[in-house]
Amino acid sequence: MSTRTNAKAEILSGETTIEFTNVEYRVPGRDDRSVLSGISLKIHQDETIALLGRSGSGKTTMLKLINRLRTCSSGNLCVENQPVRNWDVIQLRRRIGYVIQEVGLFPHFTIEQNVCLVPGLENWPAERIKLRFAEVMQLVGLNPAEYADKHPRELSGGQRQRIGVARALAADPAILLMDEPFGALDPVTRAELQREFLALSRKVSKTTVLVTHDLREALLLATRVVLLDAGRIVAEASPEDFLKLDQKVARDFMAASELVTGAAQ
Amino acid sequence: MNVWQFFARHRAEILSATHEHLSLVLISMAIAVAIGVPLGLALVTHPRWRAAALAVASIFQTIPSLALFGFLIPLPFLGGIGPRTAIIALVLYALLPILRNTYVGLTGIDPAIVEAAEAMGMTERQILFRVRLPLATSFILAGIRTATVITIGVATIAAAIGAGGLGTFIFRGVAMVSDAVILAGAIPAALLALLADFLLGWLERRLRVAG
Repeated sequence: MSTRTNAKAEILSGETTIEFTNVEYRVPGRDDRSVLSGISLKIHQDETIALLGRSGSGKTTMLKLINRLRTCSSGNLCVENQPVRNWDVIQLRRRIGYVIQEVGLFPHFTIEQNVCLVPGLENWPAERIKLRFAEVMQLVGLNPAEYADKHPRELSGGQRQRIGVARALAADPAILLMDEPFGALDPVTRAELQREFLALSRKVSKTTVLVTHDLREALLLATRVVLLDAGRIVAEASPEDFLKLDQKVARDFMAASELVTGAAQ
Repeated sequence: MNVWQFFARHRAEILSATHEHLSLVLISMAIAVAIGVPLGLALVTHPRWRAAALAVASIFQTIPSLALFGFLIPLPFLGGIGPRTAIIALVLYALLPILRNTYVGLTGIDPAIVEAAEAMGMTERQILFRVRLPLATSFILAGIRTATVITIGVATIAAAIGAGGLGTFIFRGVAMVSDAVILAGAIPAALLALLADFLLGWLERRLRVAG
């Protein structure tokens, strides 16, 4: 727990990396329905934020606004003190690591090609790419030589997910976005990867935004938990304080995760 | 005279007609691929033209082949009697399956993969050539295979406008009311179609990317 307290102290001093100010997102063409509204949130350097919510609460959309896979309908969203709409979108995305649900590895690329995609796009010299590949593979606990020439289909789900993380880390981005990265795994592998991720996030300092519908995962990995419901932020708390929340949505999550018995009726 | 006797007696003639036939098909297919695949690629980045391009390609397919050959004869530059006119008609026929499969193959890949590519900061062009195209290869090849088989069949009609090929025997056999002569054109044409289907099918399986 002491590491968390330290992390919290850092948050207070850390610089703001991502800032949502009254952001709204409506589905283009269906103006009547907003997916997200009134979103204001400051995400500080080296913080791990968990966006927690049920399916359809808008958490994935919120993540995609950050690397502009979706564009805010109104409000302001800054990444590194610059509004995302002013960023060159290609530059913005190459500075942000992205790990997705179901991994999204390219089936026609080898593991090495997959992992080294962004450094390659950024025209790193071949030698440096080679070194970096070995480095990130070791970070995620896989032997670089053994996996370099394999294709994603030859790997297990857990291995693919590790590759997904390695790919996101390859160009050493300051920001890491993770969309239910461990969602598709069996419980044992999931727990294993969560532990590894925790160890990893201590080794490499990244501002991380993690989308999850699993409260245990949020409490385990995050330094701050942001609870979303129907497109709005309904609560924001440190993992310790989250369990003290008494909003119905928060209690429902606790009950479903069997962390506290009995939901608010 | 039975068909085997006819084959034996006219072996050289049948071989040269097969050769002619094959040249018609190969030249037409090369042109159709050279137009259809880049056009399909262009439609991915210019979706506004998609409906129009596919509609035009479909229209050519709805024209009965004999009529299409007939329509082309009086046209200046393109038309006239002979292989050139036949090749133009065959290209128009082959275009739709190639164009359609190219477009559908390129746009039909898993959206999660395209989104991952976008999220990695790949440009639209990089996504097209480094992700969409390699993943669509076997699908595009399936279109080329369909088009090739169709073209081998339709090319027999090219004999009607003096383009030669195996259709020569078929038309002659019809005029002579001789099954043997018809079969001298039909059997090699069918064998060519089967062979092309088999070879391209094999290539298609080889190039398929397992998910």
